[in-house]
Amino acid sequence: MDEIISILEEVRPDLDFAAEKALIDDGILDSFDIITIVGEFNDAFDIEINVADLLPENFNSAEAMWELVQKLKNA
Amino acid sequence: MYINVLELLEDNVRDNPDRIALSDENESITYLELQAKAKAVAAYIIRNSQPEDGLKATIHLPGPVAVCIDRDIRSMILFMGVVYSGNFYVPIDVNMPKERIELIFRDLDPIMTIASSDQTIEGIDIRYYADIMEEGCYDPEETEKKLAVIRKGHIDTNPLYAIYTSGSTGVPKGVLISHRSVIDLVEQFAVTFPFPKIPVFGNQAPFDFDVSVKDIYNSLFNHGTVTVIPKAFFSMPLKLIEYINDRKINTMIWAVSAMRIVENFKTFSKISTESPRLIMFSGEIMPVKVLNYWKENVPGAIYVNLYGPTEITCNCSYYIIDRDFDQDESLPIGVPFRNTQILLMDTENSQPVTQTGKEGEICVRGTSLALGYYGARDRTDESFRQSPLSGKYPEKIYHTGDLGYYDDNGLLRFTSRKDYQIKHMGHRIELGEIEVAVCAIDYIDAAVCVFDTDREKIVLFYQAGVGADAFATDKELERDIVKNLGRRLQKFMWPNVYRRYESLPLNKNGKIDRKALAETLKNKYEEE
Repeated sequence: MDEIISILEEVRPDLDFAAEKALIDDGILDSFDIITIVGEFNDAFDIEINVADLLPENFNSAEAMWELVQKLKNA
Repeated sequence: MYINVLELLEDNVRDNPDRIALSDENESITYLELQAKAKAVAAYIIRNSQPEDGLKATIHLPGPVAVCIDRDIRSMILFMGVVYSGNFYVPIDVNMPKERIELIFRDLDPIMTIASSDQTIEGIDIRYYADIMEEGCYDPEETEKKLAVIRKGHIDTNPLYAIYTSGSTGVPKGVLISHRSVIDLVEQFAVTFPFPKIPVFGNQAPFDFDVSVKDIYNSLFNHGTVTVIPKAFFSMPLKLIEYINDRKINTMIWAVSAMRIVENFKTFSKISTESPRLIMFSGEIMPVKVLNYWKENVPGAIYVNLYGPTEITCNCSYYIIDRDFDQDESLPIGVPFRNTQILLMDTENSQPVTQTGKEGEICVRGTSLALGYYGARDRTDESFRQSPLSGKYPEKIYHTGDLGYYDDNGLLRFTSRKDYQIKHMGHRIELGEIEVAVCAIDYIDAAVCVFDTDREKIVLFYQAGVGADAFATDKELERDIVKNLGRRLQKFMWPNVYRRYESLPLNKNGKIDRKALAETLKNKYEEE
């Protein structure tokens, strides 16, 4: 989880990821952020986030992203 | 001959009043409704800002109305309302940093600020769409009379809108565009491109980008529909393609960056579309890899590369993709539009380049030229200059700052910039604007930005002095820099890489040596 937060903070140093719960629904993260985050996750965790995984519920919070990464790591 | 964009709207009201003019995720309206609502907005503006009557009203000069925009059709209704009121609109994104909004409002001093949804700006009195419509029970007869007087006094060189863009001095510039230029744009688009019989435009660009101008007015001219695509769909591309299919979007005028997202996530591996027939893109160089991905997956569409800065009303040249391109090739920016002339000016002797392959600065002549930068005579004169070719009469040409050349096929090719303007994440950015903002931070002694084109990253080289020792590490210091920049600069302008120097290297003129810094960067990356 720490690694996820640290990647997210690199991408958006202005946000408090522990507190945000509607990163997509509220439009806080834009498409460029998502591209960067997906690229960083893929590299850091050796996974392949697919277009079908790109759903608001998977990216609305750091926790949701963590769950997605765990799911893909175990797949 | 058209002299007012409202005539395009009124043609639709006459010919196809019940066709959907505008739609978004939540609502849609017909042309007839659009006109009625726009007139209600105009009545409100007139009632609250222009008491003049009689002879005075006949010499009414358009004034700026700031419109706080959202991804909705109401923003466009407000635009049309402003035009009916005899004024020009200035789209404002309230999510911009506070200081930037303040700079724009100081420059603009609008006669009124209206908003499509419940946006707020500290210290600004905003009138809301919902309230304007609620008050909508205006006296129709009286309103029509007033609108008629305003229309009678209208000329086509009146401003239609101003769009703010990055300025190298740190103050944004408002590019002011006339009715005439926009009418010319849509007339030339219509004779150049095969629009579907009833085009449905999938609006991707925010309304403070001039790419969206092409959606709105091409749709009015071709009796089509503008469908606003929600911003979040560009982060979730499956939904984006679903929406294109659901809404039967057949015409796309998009930023290259938006098309890249679809390619980036290999979206067509999970969903397909046959809906788009005409796909035009602009804003930055289209990577051939991205174009080929689209062509393979949406083979039924015609693809067009568009080129041009906001100052010449969207685009001055185009290239209809008429052959296959290899990944190591680049796309030409093509040929000038009808009624536009492009001159490649030799930067040495200010004469046009006439040989194939020789580089020059891309300069534009014609009706498409902006009226200038609003309230900024000096900055206007720097870029809109007397043509050296027509020395015996006054004529302005616009200097784009882009360098290019003609290839062996007579097609124009873009090479690079003359100055420190870059294209990053679909935005036009002056590196100078970032430097001004960084240098405004107390503990920064000097700073220079370099754009790493290969990695698409803005690199900040800086030198910090008194006050910087309050931060334990460079990382903490950088977080504080970002925090400071957040108040002035939009997110896409924030540096992506930070390099701290005890003292920045100087060249022999005593200026910070950008070239040397760019070089060290290459070495640094290699080490990493």
